Amino acid sequence: MSLRRLAPDQPASFAFTKENLAWAGQQIKKYPDGRQVSAVVPILWRAQEQQGGYVTEPMIRVVGEMLGMSPIRVLEIATFYTMFNLKPVGKHLIQVCTTTPCWLRGSDTVLAACKKNIAHSSETVSADGMFSWMEVECLGACVNAPVVQIGDDYYEDLDGARMESILTDLRAGRKPKPGSQIGRQTSAPEGGPMTLTDPALFAKTKGS
Amino acid sequence: MPKINVDGKEVDVPADFTLLQACEAAGAEIPRFCYHERLSIAGNCRMCLVELKGSPKPVASCAWGVRDCRPGPQGEAPVVLTKSPMVKKAREGVMEFLLINHPLDCPICDQGGECDLQDQAMAYGHAKFHRFEENKRAVTDKNMGPLVKTIMTRCIHCTRCVRFAAEVAGIDEIGATGRGEDMEITTYLEHAVSSELSANIVDLCPVGALTAKPYAFNVRSWELAKTESVDVMDAVGSAIRVDARGAEVMRVIPRVNEEVNEEWISDKTRHAVDGLKRQRLDTPYVRRDGKLRPASWSEAFAAIAERVKRSQPNRMAALVGDLVSAEPIKALKDLMSMLGVANLDCRQDGSKIGGGPRQGYLFNTTIRGIDDADALLLVGTNPRWEAPIINARIRKAWLKNDLKISRLGPRVDLTYKLNELDSNPAVLVDIAAGKNPIFDALKAAKRPMLIVGQGALARPDGAAILAACAEIARNTGMIGPAGEGGWNGFNVLHTAAARVAALDLGFLPQKGGKDTTAILEGASKGEIDFVYLLGADEIDTAKLGKAFVVYQGTHGDAAAQRADVVLPGAAYTEQNGTYVNTEGRVQAARRATFPPGDAREDWAILRALSDVIGKRLPYDDLAALRAAMLSDAPHFAVTDRAPANPGADAAVWTNIGAKGPIAKTPVVYPIRDFYLTNPVARASITMAECSRLFVQPRVAAAAE
Amino acid sequence: MLADKDRIFTNLYGAQDWRLAAARKRGAWDNTKALIERGRDAIIEEMKKSGLRGRGGAGFPTGLKWSFMPKQSDGRPHYLVVNADESEPGTCKDRDILRHDPHIFLEGCLIASFSMAAHACYIYVRGEYRREYQTLEAAIQECYDAKLFGKNAAGAGWDFDCYVHHGAGAYICGEETALLESLEGKKGMPRLKPPFPANVGLYGCPTTVNNVESIAVAPDILRRGAGWFSALGRPNNTGTKVFCISGHVNKPCNVEEEMGIPLKELIEKHAGGVRGGWDNLLAIIPGGSSVPLLPKTICDTVLMDFDSLRDVKSGLGTAAVIVMDRSTDLVKAIARLARFYKHESCGQCTPCREGTGWMWRVLERMVKGEAETSEIDLLLEVSYEVEGHTICALGDAAAWPIQGLIRHFRGDIERRINARKAGKPAMAAE
Repeated sequence: MSLRRLAPDQPASFAFTKENLAWAGQQIKKYPDGRQVSAVVPILWRAQEQQGGYVTEPMIRVVGEMLGMSPIRVLEIATFYTMFNLKPVGKHLIQVCTTTPCWLRGSDTVLAACKKNIAHSSETVSADGMFSWMEVECLGACVNAPVVQIGDDYYEDLDGARMESILTDLRAGRKPKPGSQIGRQTSAPEGGPMTLTDPALFAKTKGS
Repeated sequence: MPKINVDGKEVDVPADFTLLQACEAAGAEIPRFCYHERLSIAGNCRMCLVELKGSPKPVASCAWGVRDCRPGPQGEAPVVLTKSPMVKKAREGVMEFLLINHPLDCPICDQGGECDLQDQAMAYGHAKFHRFEENKRAVTDKNMGPLVKTIMTRCIHCTRCVRFAAEVAGIDEIGATGRGEDMEITTYLEHAVSSELSANIVDLCPVGALTAKPYAFNVRSWELAKTESVDVMDAVGSAIRVDARGAEVMRVIPRVNEEVNEEWISDKTRHAVDGLKRQRLDTPYVRRDGKLRPASWSEAFAAIAERVKRSQPNRMAALVGDLVSAEPIKALKDLMSMLGVANLDCRQDGSKIGGGPRQGYLFNTTIRGIDDADALLLVGTNPRWEAPIINARIRKAWLKNDLKISRLGPRVDLTYKLNELDSNPAVLVDIAAGKNPIFDALKAAKRPMLIVGQGALARPDGAAILAACAEIARNTGMIGPAGEGGWNGFNVLHTAAARVAALDLGFLPQKGGKDTTAILEGASKGEIDFVYLLGADEIDTAKLGKAFVVYQGTHGDAAAQRADVVLPGAAYTEQNGTYVNTEGRVQAARRATFPPGDAREDWAILRALSDVIGKRLPYDDLAALRAAMLSDAPHFAVTDRAPANPGADAAVWTNIGAKGPIAKTPVVYPIRDFYLTNPVARASITMAECSRLFVQPRVAAAAE
Repeated sequence: MLADKDRIFTNLYGAQDWRLAAARKRGAWDNTKALIERGRDAIIEEMKKSGLRGRGGAGFPTGLKWSFMPKQSDGRPHYLVVNADESEPGTCKDRDILRHDPHIFLEGCLIASFSMAAHACYIYVRGEYRREYQTLEAAIQECYDAKLFGKNAAGAGWDFDCYVHHGAGAYICGEETALLESLEGKKGMPRLKPPFPANVGLYGCPTTVNNVESIAVAPDILRRGAGWFSALGRPNNTGTKVFCISGHVNKPCNVEEEMGIPLKELIEKHAGGVRGGWDNLLAIIPGGSSVPLLPKTICDTVLMDFDSLRDVKSGLGTAAVIVMDRSTDLVKAIARLARFYKHESCGQCTPCREGTGWMWRVLERMVKGEAETSEIDLLLEVSYEVEGHTICALGDAAAWPIQGLIRHFRGDIERRINARKAGKPAMAAE
């Protein structure tokens, strides 16, 4: 983890859209009265999405005011949790898992594909604004390693070539199908499940 | 009380003790960095680890409660070891981790010589410190304002400063951003810490990460001569230590006084002292041909004596300023009495306080008593500026005891939640009569208190307001029985360090005499032609008219510039003197350095002048003067203690203030700028910078 | 091999629909009312008898944990908080439960909450699991729509609300008290214990924090009986467990198996064996990144449960099996984990904040052989200075993989250092 600071250039202001404001109000209701601070991560996350993928300084103040938190407390949150980006990201942020399980299965090749096709260094927006990439720690999809996260989706069972093909699709405005890129059924072994094959499992009520 | 066995020694300790406290009770020393008895427990530095028998891992003694320990199988007391190999290894490990990324800049570090890290490295470290081969971490310094210098590479992330700001100062402005080894202590966008107590984080910092900016690189701690004294920047009487090198006061730091300031002091208390070196009056002056010119003491005295001779007692007046100690007040009063002068006042602000029983003008609950209060009504006071220490104490009670606080006065942020009443003091009459819900709230409380400030008293109807406040106190049962245990919830908050002693000594209009307002009015009309100002700078000098003005004091402030004769006095750090704080606590200020140039101790100036005037004061030394003071006010004999509650004597409590109509004019707080309340502070570059940063933008914003 | 009929997570791979209707066909939400009507004590007793040990890593008996909650309320609400902050490298089992079988899990939430007198349950999902969060939100809505949640939940007379909350990238929030801090809107910094969450947890109220899998197996245990569950596995290590097999195997996968299955059998039967055959095996991390690795000789025979793995100085952890064949640069693999812990240290405690970075830097040099052999002992010593000296177990978790490496592969590190000194290129694997 490197130093996490707000970007030097900041927009003048931030305001939630009407929809997001209403959504934030709903989030706050999840928590008991007076515990609205609990909603800071979800609401800051929504703000980041609205901003196109990163947290701004005015945003911190707006969220703080909404939740009755001082700005320094919101800044602590934004800098502690690494899914908050503190500077602009590409339209598609490629988050490459390189922790040991992914590394063992070739995340280096995925990383190389990103370096070659996006930018040599991480957290750098490509010239066309389409991409930036960063290394992340374990994404929790280790039996489908190597994995990258793009937006809300995981792309699994990757290698360099498959990564390049995903980038190509995205660049062309196509959305590649998330999940396993080698046609596996989620976390089942390649070639199809060897368990849970008894049809009786799905036809009757258990325990009765 | 549960028993606990510390290193083989069995001790009885309260169940709510932590192991650290229990170990200390047993005489075992426990090193620590993050732990501070006045802050919440963080348990993060891991320096205080001890071995608890039955626990496989060492435990953080600062956080582990005695009640969390299990007795042995036969009911033996839990066993704690503070010197075992497990503990030694843990401490050495923690010490090593703290040092691997700590810079080796002790020779240029202002903390050097009084650094916890240095001391504990010597005591608990091991000799293998140089086995760390990696590059040391460097951290960029952060701006925290004009008082706190940061050298963040030295930071050990104990979070004391973060906790102090959030908990004691009540300003959520310092935080730890990032995480892991990249965690950084900072304020939001490196804004200055906007608390009147901010510089206490310098004392709290166990290393040299936060040091005093105005004091940077000036002196090494071991070069300082240390003098225990009391502060005069407000009427709290905080315990301070004045550290001087040669003739120069280098710094002021707090001493622990649980009854008063615990171990905090305000930023003004700490950092106004550079004002002691600037704009000082170091020689007498006499006005000739419209200009103040340096003169000898005898010339100055002769000029005064000549003028006194020409004047009449009823055309003469004397005012006492806010920083003056009791001894010169007594001397001036005696001198004026001998001259037959009745126009005396110590209330520069025109406050309608004093003259009655002592408990009518004291902070009777005592500062420590705030800890026990459960309801509080603030009347015309902004304690955050008038007494930041008391404000912090109120905040503490609000946090810990759920103290319910109401306020009559303009809305300023006091760092706690307030139930707001109108700013109109006429509502006090309703409250006293039980016609306002506040009355019921105070009455229902077990230990209610009321604080009336000078904002409510320094106005024409101040005496009526005071009477209404006393009535509220009486009617809501704030005044308990006499004695140590008795509760007394009636409090006057003073802003001037000199005030209570002056009231005690009766430096008030004598029979037929004029008060401050009348004196100034008289001077501007030409009815008063001689005014003696003993350190009195907080008056409108334009109103002095054509009167002959003697100014005895320390700084070339407003009054000195108007004066016809200037007598250079010693500042509070330059003479021994007695102060009485707002609680009525008698305390001694001590000389740390000598006054500059020809400046002299205040009482001695008056004694010498009296001789020249031909009304020689009957004391030749300070001891004799103090003896005379004692005969006027015997309570001066009891020092360092707040007076005991004299009880709910109806004859006393119905005679506080003076009944009368209360105007609907909203109250105005007495202090316009916290940082510039007296001549010392106004001469301070540091205070000027604080004012520029923290006050002037607000004034400007309010003016828009 | 565990028979399909004994499997709890029958939709582990998402072959079927996750929604309520399909889940009901698989047996979820089947007369939940009757389970609840057995009463609090009976449920907890049954859970205790099942021998279920927490599936989040520490293996604390779940029934016992539930019994720690105050029996009488002192006026403070009780909370169940479910730890779905699955972040332990190697682990991806809860993800499958959340996205493919949320209803058996949500049914467990209701039952567990009821048995601990909690009217509210918060599910803390790691921030990266966006899709899983969305699925869970939709599944919760289905439960409300079907009156399984809300007032008189499942018709059993217990009012119950269930909320899903998410993090934003912090492994440490998988530690239960850090999770509570995070859920309260603060940085995820672990709390000092005591007080334990059962007394002072979420918002200062009695709280139990359980792993997703622990909660999700509860309904089946109650329906089929503690005897069925405890008959699986070995004493003190009962039941089934979802294993995650990653790394150098032919067919990485998740699979629900019986506790105590031999590690070799697990890999060969379900994951297509080690790449290049069993003899090509170098080492295995058997329980997620936090547990010490095991060399092949131990892997040959060890059983996959808490006690067996403890006996070989490792642990079952989250049952995430990370397999490394002989092509692996083991020093680099562990150095990468050291980097992970350095990245994820919250920074609160001195030994972890300073020690994780130190250990990682030394290891990075060792990967290239740029070290002295004496530094191996230094590294080991530093790891012992971190271990056991911090508020939470992240310090331990950072120390153990390194201790495991040195314990079993010291020679490899030494050879690399010596080769570098001799001017030879560092070798990937010996």
